[in-house]
Amino acid sequence: MKHSIIHWFKFSSPASFYPLAGRLIPWFWLLAAVFGLSGLWLSFFVAPTDAVQGEGYRIIFVHVPASWMSMFVYLIMAAWAGLGLVFNTRLSAMMAQALAPTGALMAFLSLWTGSFWGKPMWGTWWIWDARLTSELILLFLYIGFIALQAAIDDPRRADKAGAILALVGVINVPIIYFSVKWWNTLHQGSTVSLTKAPAMAHTMLLGMLLMALCFWMYAVAVALKRVRAIILEREAHTDWVKQLKEVVS
Amino acid sequence: MIWNSPTEFFAMGGYALYVWSAFGMCAVLLVLEPLLIGQRQRAIVQSLRRQVRADQLDGATK
Repeated sequence: MKHSIIHWFKFSSPASFYPLAGRLIPWFWLLAAVFGLSGLWLSFFVAPTDAVQGEGYRIIFVHVPASWMSMFVYLIMAAWAGLGLVFNTRLSAMMAQALAPTGALMAFLSLWTGSFWGKPMWGTWWIWDARLTSELILLFLYIGFIALQAAIDDPRRADKAGAILALVGVINVPIIYFSVKWWNTLHQGSTVSLTKAPAMAHTMLLGMLLMALCFWMYAVAVALKRVRAIILEREAHTDWVKQLKEVVS
Repeated sequence: MIWNSPTEFFAMGGYALYVWSAFGMCAVLLVLEPLLIGQRQRAIVQSLRRQVRADQLDGATK
């Protein structure tokens, strides 16, 4: 036990996490590619045409993964920010910072793909209903987090301010998730739920889950890639950075 | 196979604009993001290299 505790604390320092992240990234790219290719195959060549929405429903294969990830990444980002706030660890704040742009991208993709799905099915690109509005607020929370951190010069103070914003914003995530139940909205209810059998063909469900895994692995790979750059930027004054082989050679 | 021809595939049963705009934007952004991060990484590594070289020159002249 004692050994494993030491082991984990070791990786909470930027100097040992930097090379570890570098070794992990290719594996996450590989997983993202495998899930993505099989997911796209199912999405376009195996999943049957929908009885009501024809081929237009195929947007679900990117819309649902992007929406799930936009919420999931926020929770992880807020958790890292909170850890950084409590334990004052440098790496946690850097992780939160690395996740924010990817989360914002997922929120944007959720809104974009939703818009291109809403137009043919509901007849409108946008409507101020609970689901759409709360997802838009999520995008603004990500942008607010990024802007707030960029506006404060002292990085440790920026981390603290960002962490508080991120933690307060967590309240929005259950609001998004349950909005289709709590309010009367144009957005359909969940297609997949933990409590009842999914209301869709098995191949559709499997395609969607594979695409969600692809987006997840992508988000991990990209966040690790970004945190490496952030580590170098913020640890530029340290000796270990100046002794890295990519810097010295 | 559910498609009889490539044309039918790309037409997406009349929903081509919507389906391809949604998937296209995802593809563009998911490719662009790692490229931009790669650029950021190269920029910081380059500036660190310059710094290290400058430090070495400083040391040599002392």
